[in-house]
Amino acid sequence: MDVVKENAAMLSNFEVFALLNELRAEKGVDKHQQPNNQATITYETIKYLEETPCKEQTAEIVEQFLTRTTSFQLTKIEKLQLLNLRPTTAVEMQLVVEESEERLTEEQVSELLRIVAETLPAKAEGAMEQ
Amino acid sequence: MFVLSELTDTIQIEPHLFKFRLEEALAREINRKFANKVIHKVGLVICLHQLNHVLDSFVFPGDGSSHTKVRFTLVVFRPMVGECIIGKIKSCSPEGLVLSISFFDDIHVPPQALPHPSRFDEQEQLWIWQYESDDGSHELFMDLGETARFRVTREVFIDTAPEEEGTASPYVLEASFADQGLGLLAWWQ
Repeated sequence: MDVVKENAAMLSNFEVFALLNELRAEKGVDKHQQPNNQATITYETIKYLEETPCKEQTAEIVEQFLTRTTSFQLTKIEKLQLLNLRPTTAVEMQLVVEESEERLTEEQVSELLRIVAETLPAKAEGAMEQ
Repeated sequence: MFVLSELTDTIQIEPHLFKFRLEEALAREINRKFANKVIHKVGLVICLHQLNHVLDSFVFPGDGSSHTKVRFTLVVFRPMVGECIIGKIKSCSPEGLVLSISFFDDIHVPPQALPHPSRFDEQEQLWIWQYESDDGSHELFMDLGETARFRVTREVFIDTAPEEEGTASPYVLEASFADQGLGLLAWWQ
């Protein structure tokens, strides 16, 4: 076994979630044939990702978010974290954007938070809470 | 926290799987071989992403299986150092905290990476952040099962080849609670 490229691309949680759900739907028929290890990791990863903002995202939403944030000159990993974590406060934003005090003004941080709140849906309320 | 990794390997397909199309059999075997396993210096494999290139298959004397060299891409869990992730507190000990994200449980927060000052309570067997504010000091418990935000500070790959002794984990992450906004989500709401 040889590693050609250990990091060929980075994926957002949304992309992995969509892929795993697709795999689960395909394998639905042959449940007993799915090897144990694969079933475990698929189940656990879906279980984790379901509790994150990526559950409410679609390809269109992600595209819109990326378009609206181009002017901020964020790195790939920063954009990924914004998608995965959906920060709602300035403190959370500072965790995601490196050296945010130097690169972004206070207004820009507010603007970015507004874009995140507008383009990325929040987690839907649980049925019991309604 | 997920990446795509491209690998090549020779995949063995046993005769009872010949009923499937070649690509389907290869996909099943690659998933069976790699899913939920750590590849040294690559990360924890989640599943196959796609088959990139399938070369000719060979059969060897005395062995009914086919052997096919394949180049393929896997979905791998490997957060970047410096990346922030949300997880749950799994256990507490004098050595620090162990965090979990369901599919991966080897995330360690050493005592030095906890917010300062923190102490370990022997009776409750929990770490406590002794938070000083204008209205006095507060004891913030780091209870088991609580959701927390952490930053990955280091990744450690240990080559667990058969000759090595012990049951060390092949892939361990070191994390920190020490910045503003890190630690229990409840602290920052």
